[in-house]
Amino acid sequence: MAAFILISSLKVLVVFSVFMLIVAYLSYVERRVVARFQTRIGPNRVGPAGLLQPIADAIKLLTKEEVFPANANRIMFVLAPILSLIPALLIMSVIPFGDSLTLFGQRIDLIISDLNVGILFVFAVTSLGVYGIVMAGWSSNSKYSLLGALRSSAQMISYEVSYGLSIIGVLMMAGTLNLMEIVKSQANFFDWYIFKQPLGFLIFSVCGIAETNRAPFDLPEAETELVAGYHTEYSSMKFGMFFMAEYAHMLNVSAIVTTLFLGGWQGPWLPPVVWFLLKVSVFLFGYIWLRATLPRFRYDQLMSFGWKFLLPLALFNIFATGIFMYL
Amino acid sequence: MTLTIFLILALVSVLSSILVITQKNSVISALYLIVTLGSQAVLYFLLGATFIGVLQIIVYAGAIMVLFLFVIMLLNLKRDEFGPDQKKGQRVLAFLFTLFLAVEILAALKIGFSDGGTPAGAVLNPASGSPSEVARSLFIDFLYPFEIVSILLLVAILGVVVLVKKRF
Repeated sequence: MAAFILISSLKVLVVFSVFMLIVAYLSYVERRVVARFQTRIGPNRVGPAGLLQPIADAIKLLTKEEVFPANANRIMFVLAPILSLIPALLIMSVIPFGDSLTLFGQRIDLIISDLNVGILFVFAVTSLGVYGIVMAGWSSNSKYSLLGALRSSAQMISYEVSYGLSIIGVLMMAGTLNLMEIVKSQANFFDWYIFKQPLGFLIFSVCGIAETNRAPFDLPEAETELVAGYHTEYSSMKFGMFFMAEYAHMLNVSAIVTTLFLGGWQGPWLPPVVWFLLKVSVFLFGYIWLRATLPRFRYDQLMSFGWKFLLPLALFNIFATGIFMYL
Repeated sequence: MTLTIFLILALVSVLSSILVITQKNSVISALYLIVTLGSQAVLYFLLGATFIGVLQIIVYAGAIMVLFLFVIMLLNLKRDEFGPDQKKGQRVLAFLFTLFLAVEILAALKIGFSDGGTPAGAVLNPASGSPSEVARSLFIDFLYPFEIVSILLLVAILGVVVLVKKRF
């Protein structure tokens, strides 16, 4: 029991630290990469090649003045960023990033919690992420925030449907909800579900981007019309937490795509953890690439795309998978 | 250990459900309802029914309550619209129904406790909460009732669409 608690706490500590480090440096990478796309240089002053920029940003955010809007609901206003960050951090606890290894005679699974219903846990926690945004918009007592929050929650509800349906094909073929077993069922390169479920992969990626409110689906914080959407009134570290939640969600979606469609931690020669991180970074680069390339959707385009195109497509994918498996 | 967790969650669940009906502000009572549903999900986890617990979060806390909040925020109800209700008959009816419910719960508890101490149906059986067991009862044992309910839901959704849409 004591060994179990010790190992679990160590795993949580390591995963959390690495996760936060990646989240911090993701903002740096994004700024540099987007700058390259736009033939700029990006932040390169703090430290060598600007590598200390995230630390400078963190210090800036922590030392800034906290502003509370007049007539804002104080408790909810403080709770909102916390509630949007925690679900984003929880998802990592069920993502497998390697097979088990033996250390000092103890068998250690490279996953914090090998849940029987792992993928459902991911969806449950993802769906709770909306509350942070809704509460932020409502408690700020500002029209921009409220409109941003309404847009965001409508968008997340709409895309969550196709998001959930798009992976049913994978679950049908794998025959399990356990993420570790889903990874293990993709042992060969051509067993990867990106080849067996190309449609599911496409729908899942698009919905994943919409779920994280990223470009081209970043209507909730469309700066030209809503200032900054639901976090307009936030300053200091509370704004920083929304920011971290967004990057953490990007990382989560990439990790889930890797686990479900790209064979998870499996790969030749290199250690599993390295493969996992490599695949995640490829997908993250795609995220940044999209942001630098595509213009924003219009709101009605977004809604009709979600409901009239992605949802029927996801249903068709389930139907087709069912027929193929029956034959 | 399990008992401690249960007691804490039961307390949270009961307190937050009382707060749901005592709050003046409808947004805040909706949020307390989410706390209630969440703590109930953890109670399911304690019973070993992980699948049902996760579904509770996905369906109720994650989907239905988001829609609730969304509608409340869209309508933007003011505080004074939640004053004491003027209709006298409603109060009497509400009292009667609550009384019925209380008697029902008491009767259920009495029957449950009369044989052996554990309430009927509260026996811990981890296998019954697994996804495959739930799927078996839904798609094999109770296939026809399940499909009929799904058609009923579909009809209800279509009915709402027809009622709301003015022109075709």
